[in-house]
Amino acid sequence: MSAAPQKAKAGGGTIDVVVRAIVPLNDLVTRFEFERPDGAPFPPFSPGAHTIVEMNDDGRPRKNPYSLMSDPSDTSHYAISVRRDDEGRGGSRFLHTAVSVGDRLSVSYPVNLFPLDLRARKHVFLAGGIGITPFLSMIAQLERQGGRWELHYACRSESLASYADDLTGRHANKVHVYYSDRKEALPLEDLLDGQPLGTHVYVCGPKGMIDWVKTTAADHGWPGDAVHAEEFLAPQPGDPFDVHLARSGIDVHVEPHESLLEAIERAGVDAPFLCRGGACGQCETDVIEADGELIHADHWLEDDQKASGKKIMPCVSRFAGKKLVLDR
Amino acid sequence: MSRFQFPESIASRPVYGTLEPRPGKAHLMIADAEGAEALLDLAVRDPALVRAAHIIYIPKGTGESYVPRLEMCGPAQFHVAPSYEASVPRLRRVLTDAHMGLQLYLAGTEGLMGQAMSEAIEHGLPQRSIQREHRGSVARRMQCVHCKGITEDVTTDPFVCAHCGLHLFVRDHYSRRLAAFQGVRVDAEDPGNVPDPVELYQ
Amino acid sequence: MTMQFNTETFRDDYSFRNSDWAIRRFPFPFHEDSYMYSVNMEQHRGGPEGSVYEKRFDVDEHYVSEMHDRALVLAEDPLRCQSLPHMTLAGWDLLELIMVSKSEDYPDLFELHRDGNQWRWINKPLGIDDTFTFLDETTLPYGPMEYITRQTQGDFAVLDQREENLWMDAGMVTTQADWSLDFDIGMNFFEWHAPVPRAHEMGIFKRALKFLLNVQQGSPARRLNWTMTVNPRLDTSPENYHKWGVEKTTLTPENIGAKQHLRVELQTFFRLPRSNALVFPIRCYLIAFQDIVTVPKWGRRLHRVVRDLPEDLADYKGFIANRPLMLDYLSQYDDGLPTSPGVWPDLETEPPLQK
Repeated sequence: MSAAPQKAKAGGGTIDVVVRAIVPLNDLVTRFEFERPDGAPFPPFSPGAHTIVEMNDDGRPRKNPYSLMSDPSDTSHYAISVRRDDEGRGGSRFLHTAVSVGDRLSVSYPVNLFPLDLRARKHVFLAGGIGITPFLSMIAQLERQGGRWELHYACRSESLASYADDLTGRHANKVHVYYSDRKEALPLEDLLDGQPLGTHVYVCGPKGMIDWVKTTAADHGWPGDAVHAEEFLAPQPGDPFDVHLARSGIDVHVEPHESLLEAIERAGVDAPFLCRGGACGQCETDVIEADGELIHADHWLEDDQKASGKKIMPCVSRFAGKKLVLDR
Repeated sequence: MSRFQFPESIASRPVYGTLEPRPGKAHLMIADAEGAEALLDLAVRDPALVRAAHIIYIPKGTGESYVPRLEMCGPAQFHVAPSYEASVPRLRRVLTDAHMGLQLYLAGTEGLMGQAMSEAIEHGLPQRSIQREHRGSVARRMQCVHCKGITEDVTTDPFVCAHCGLHLFVRDHYSRRLAAFQGVRVDAEDPGNVPDPVELYQ
Repeated sequence: MTMQFNTETFRDDYSFRNSDWAIRRFPFPFHEDSYMYSVNMEQHRGGPEGSVYEKRFDVDEHYVSEMHDRALVLAEDPLRCQSLPHMTLAGWDLLELIMVSKSEDYPDLFELHRDGNQWRWINKPLGIDDTFTFLDETTLPYGPMEYITRQTQGDFAVLDQREENLWMDAGMVTTQADWSLDFDIGMNFFEWHAPVPRAHEMGIFKRALKFLLNVQQGSPARRLNWTMTVNPRLDTSPENYHKWGVEKTTLTPENIGAKQHLRVELQTFFRLPRSNALVFPIRCYLIAFQDIVTVPKWGRRLHRVVRDLPEDLADYKGFIANRPLMLDYLSQYDDGLPTSPGVWPDLETEPPLQK
């Protein structure tokens, strides 16, 4: 064996795909289905996994993470559902407006940062809006294995409730939908009460919902390891800034609608990543010098690490100030 | 004094803390012998918590020393069992119908805490819903790695396996599932050369 | 079939032997003249042709006899193979990984024919031809992990990933370096490594865990580990320590070359796609000292490593009592010449022994 470990390719392997179907679900959400150009089966995946879709948006490379929502036992295709974010940096808008059936894209091997705890006696799923997507693959798997589950799904309105009809049609007794425009609230305290030992709760939705579920569960005596959460932070646009990559000896300008990580990649510097959503810790980078303010947006770094000004997660975090030097 | 400061050891060896009141939907407390003192301390800090609790207590040679004082705390349910084994059917009944939000408080010997914890985890209670405070005897529950038999209340190193009769040395390697430390033949490489037993932690 | 399989034993009369081919491809673990713990991970994406790193699951001349030895161990002690209830899906993952890999890497030895979930598996060296339904345990004679690992060299630890840790919740362990699956099952990464000296203080396990948690589908990894064993015994379990421990005292200057073996583990790590578990195959390779020293570079280097290893590591690896005897033997094969970097034998370029 060699003395020096080989360097892994950032983000792991990728799979070439062809868009086989584009299915608009409502005003905001569209499903994209991929197959392989040679018709070969996809690698199997575990429910809760995401894939990173690589796009070439008018010369600008974009890599966005989306939960795989297809049935994990069906390896003929992968499917994702994408909510259009008009305020965002453009990845979701690119998929909605510039991608057609038959187009070729590249997706990463599945990575799971939100797996089922297979020891659970029962799974309780709490979805907010587009946070429904990972639960679709989880439900498909549990139905096949005969696992116990229930879903509580909070949506803005009936017209924006992706997959709600389908789910309630097939699993009327297990699926509960709450519409905020009808002043319906997800009865969290009630549903945490009386769950059998070995129940695990999973929440996917906006940050406020995740915090609410975690706090309420803790108040009811649920330990943290029985409460699972996934919040993908889409990188938010911001003011442009400049960064110097000390190891590579390169200066990079970060545009308003690209992330620091994307700018580093655009400059030809290979940087590690897995989730591109501030959760997995892979892209953690040392800050050598920062004359200005690091705008931390991740939930990986501890508060003291953020305060130290010595670390940054370039997939979601930005900078405002005169000079930023990174060890990259 | 029933407290003992265990020397620092390897990562599999359990570390015990001090029982703290925690929010929860139900509170189950199991203690043996001097473990009662930890529950009494808890009752001083949070009398309402202990009044809401179900206590299972195994005096294990302490006779009536602690029973009346525990009873005085006014637990919602109070059961005195002659041994851990005798309490197991009751414990299983309680765990089978328990809900998430249950807090389990264990106090006393390592053997008692380990076995009750293993039973609770087996029933689906998350490990982080369980607190442990060691009090009293430092005797160990040992598994013979060769015959798999468990020897209770081991106080010397080496000791004789109660099942196969081999002389075993006492390791700090601990299995949560078995609720036991590992015992390995002490004279495997030199049969018959068995060192004199010494008291644990001497 | 192109490969010739030895008929040999790993117990009693110890008729195990390495051919010249097996000696030259032995995974010698020391890349320099000294040894200290390190995370030493690298990608498991093939290796030089004919090396043990080339295929995902290496099959060699010892295959059939090793599987026979495993069957003997399991007949004596079924607790060597266990799977906690939530690990069944990971067992199917492992079965799929091994069947697909072996049928692609050794098409002359193994065949897999799939029609949906109806699978037919042919293992020519072991004379197996079974048809079963994938993901249906009732159609196999054993659980999926046990079924496939009774047909695959090496031990297998199947690790559940949760709470930022890895949990040894299933395994097939019959060729181990003195650890007990029955005792360690259910432990997390730090707990089952607890008895290893030094490495905790050095932060080795923290770094290794961080690496392993991020091993992804399609990107397996590997590393080597090593210890010493007297006699070519695969089953050096704590369960049987009272039977094999005494063999350590049988070494003499006359028999050490034949009896003393270097034991190397090729450890690989694969993410299992359906369960998100991680499988940790631990493949054991044995080589007699007298065979190692036929490679001059390895003879020189092994002497230096054994001589300079710190006491606590020599004790943990179980050879401190025999170290003087080992050094007397090995010093005959160390002429003090420098050695080339890296693990390969370099038979063409390294000088022969100068004494």
